[in-house]
Amino acid sequence: MSEHHKESFITKYVFTMDHKMIAKQFLITGMFMAVVGMLMSAIFRVQLANPGESSILYSLLPGAWLNDAGGLNPDKYLALVTMHGTILVFWVLTAGLSGTFANFLIPLQIGARDMASGFLNMLSYWFFFIATVVLLSSLFVETGPASGGWTIYPPLSALPQAIPGSGTGMTLWLISITLFVVGSLLGGLNYIVTILNLRTIGMTMQRLPLTIWALLITAILGVLSFPVLLSCGLLLIFDRSFGTSFYLSDIIINGEALHNEGGSPILFEHLFWFLGHPEVYIILLPALGIVSEVIAVNSRKPIFGYKAMVGALLLIAFLSFIVWGHHMFMTGMNPFLGSVFTFTTLLIAIPSAVKVFNYLATLWRGNIRFTPAMLFAIGTVSAFITGGLTGIILGDSALDINVHDTYFVVGHFHIVMGLSAIYGMFAGVYHWFPKMYGRMMNKNLGYIHFWGTFICAYGVFFPMHFLGLAGLPRRYYSNSAFPMFDGLSDINELITFFALAGAIVQVFFLFNFFYSIFKGTKSSQNPWKSNTLEWTTPVERIHGNWPGELPVVTRWAYDYSKPGAEEDFILQTEPLKEGEIEH
Amino acid sequence: MTNILIVVVVILLLATLVQIVRVSELLSDIKNKDVNEVTDKDNNTQGILFLIVGFGFLIFVVWQMVTWNHLLLPPASSVHGAQIDTLMKISMGLILIVFFVLSPILFYFLYKYRGKKSNKAYFFSHNNKLEVVWTIVPTIILTSLIIFGLKTWDKSMNVDVSESTTIIEVYAQQFNWNARYSGQDNTLGKANFRLVKGSNILGVDMLDASSADDKMSREVHLVIDKPVLLKFRSQDVIHSAFLPHFRVQMNCVPGMTTQFGFTPTKTTAQMKETEGDDFEYILLCNKICGASHYNMQMKFIVETQEEYDVWLDSQENLESKLLTQK
Repeated sequence: MSEHHKESFITKYVFTMDHKMIAKQFLITGMFMAVVGMLMSAIFRVQLANPGESSILYSLLPGAWLNDAGGLNPDKYLALVTMHGTILVFWVLTAGLSGTFANFLIPLQIGARDMASGFLNMLSYWFFFIATVVLLSSLFVETGPASGGWTIYPPLSALPQAIPGSGTGMTLWLISITLFVVGSLLGGLNYIVTILNLRTIGMTMQRLPLTIWALLITAILGVLSFPVLLSCGLLLIFDRSFGTSFYLSDIIINGEALHNEGGSPILFEHLFWFLGHPEVYIILLPALGIVSEVIAVNSRKPIFGYKAMVGALLLIAFLSFIVWGHHMFMTGMNPFLGSVFTFTTLLIAIPSAVKVFNYLATLWRGNIRFTPAMLFAIGTVSAFITGGLTGIILGDSALDINVHDTYFVVGHFHIVMGLSAIYGMFAGVYHWFPKMYGRMMNKNLGYIHFWGTFICAYGVFFPMHFLGLAGLPRRYYSNSAFPMFDGLSDINELITFFALAGAIVQVFFLFNFFYSIFKGTKSSQNPWKSNTLEWTTPVERIHGNWPGELPVVTRWAYDYSKPGAEEDFILQTEPLKEGEIEH
Repeated sequence: MTNILIVVVVILLLATLVQIVRVSELLSDIKNKDVNEVTDKDNNTQGILFLIVGFGFLIFVVWQMVTWNHLLLPPASSVHGAQIDTLMKISMGLILIVFFVLSPILFYFLYKYRGKKSNKAYFFSHNNKLEVVWTIVPTIILTSLIIFGLKTWDKSMNVDVSESTTIIEVYAQQFNWNARYSGQDNTLGKANFRLVKGSNILGVDMLDASSADDKMSREVHLVIDKPVLLKFRSQDVIHSAFLPHFRVQMNCVPGMTTQFGFTPTKTTAQMKETEGDDFEYILLCNKICGASHYNMQMKFIVETQEEYDVWLDSQENLESKLLTQK
């Protein structure tokens, strides 16, 4: 595929096998889903601040204009919470983040013409696309979409009698997730094979940019854990449709005793969280990879402790497979198991701390250039500090007893996983936009977007810790049923205010993104003065990335402000000078 | 009407944005500069903003801690809960210290090292000594937290039964709680979901000799300073029994029995003195279980032995409640 072959509209924009176009497809689908998920959260935030009050946003819901049955009732509330979680975790922060940047950056940064299999890559997107259509179609089902929480614990998710969303809505959810897993497996295998086999001459593993390391490890995590989710979902499909009892036992629902005996919902939780915890890192690691690159480029300094950064990624990835039980401290599993999971969970704090210290050391004595991407990368570091620390409370089984499933958890994971990852995604979009579209995003709108988001996001999620410490459980339609929570309404109103303001600020980003695709100022070949290979390709997109020979790599990606060099960056293709030592 | 207005406002907002961006691009064309290039002035502004907003955020955190402190749960009303509170204080203190050290460093570095065209960054790619130090220090701190945590966990999960332990079953269903006292023999009669019928809402096996003296109740009374073992069952989906004031939580899972043992240390009356007259110990559901999940509660009352005895005597046992009715 070395020559630039002819492309029709269909092969260029729809059924494309060019990794750069597939990345954009993932990005725009992810952005669309992010808007949907965010609007859902705006609707339930209004409910939490003013219980029972129907907002204008509510009238956007399909259910509201198809068959309105008296405002946002508890079932619809739970459906919104469930879909918000599903969309954000899987659609935005897994496919939207990994799908975009793995596809876009892997061939460009390792010096390959495309993915190992362009065809599988195309299939990966189209499976994801069909999954998206199926998931969204469940919003139009009469009994509503899945509403048992994004973790779909049975028996709630298995029994339509228990909650209406567990009917057709849940079936569609399971079909959609199955397609999603197939898509991400095809993508993940492709990423791994490409990184291991298609690196250009001189691009040794020790010279890979940290983005690629992070994406490689993420892909490995995905390939090892998503099949478990698939099998977990299949058994649930059997229980729902074919009368098996993997997860069901001793149940009376609506006065009817079910035939199921001998199954265990706890089995489901084990299988689910065996994916579920690595999933957290599938979301977080690509963001940390992007941030490492963006911080180094814009501090004009090498990333501090490259080897330690890779080691920390590997250690976090390994540990992520043996900590899933910390989601289940309160399920009644053997307390000794709880001890083991506490031990492994708190160990993750060590590589995480190393990463934070290394980021700080990278900034130290830098010559920091505040591009919008850099601002968001710093946002990730700040959120990773703030949210990571509360993990020390939640990972400790004894302390988890009283904060488990409260708003403390909601605050924790929205900061450490949600904000860190979404900031990383924004950083990536602002940073690589010139490479994607050959134009620049507007800087000042980027600044407004960052500060608005940064302030509002902490305004939303930090107060949630206090709600949790006051004992408020998550997923409550309203907290008016308990006098002990009466004092919390001020906090809820404050959170909702920031949530709505934060949602409005995103208009600046969406506008900037689409405006700049068509009208942005033209980008130069290497607008950020980066070292990595993607900036040696021509500004105009071509299938095959480099018009002539593939570049040959002679140094690592982080020679910024190297003493003796004229400029404060040296492209990876620049041969070492005589007597020059590699970092 | 409001909808149309909102659409109009959004369109106007977008139009304004287009114009602002256009104008700024035209201006930079006139000045012959790239509008999107980050200038020293930008770096200066953003660095200062990080200092102001960053420290503003830290002040906001302190403000929350001061203003909302009275909303947090009162000190634990159980023996193991007091230990959990101690561990919580230590862990919270520790993470707050780290937070209030690292965040200011981050914001200060951003201000201090804001870029200038004339400056050059310091090439500093690694330092083994430094990296070893900041790996080992967290390791030591976390090891001690883990050890302390596991000790507390071990004590909290103690379900040993002594002669003085009261055994109570807590039964969850969409969307309410029921309790069953084990009676004089301190043994709960066997139960099976297939036996749930009529007023035998817990499916108690009345052929089991231990069942006769069991007592059902819609609220739970406990004796101060006397250990209690709660045994949880669920009828339909997973629920979670959450007693925040006692630092007690355990899932109720259909098909299995789970348990949590604790000793209450403050009566409801004592709590009313410090927390206000409307204080009650409440059992909440803390695992999403359906539409009325947000309103699934049962009152717990901690009282003296005498008050408890009077209450318990007034409750009918299952033998008379279920068998005589037929």
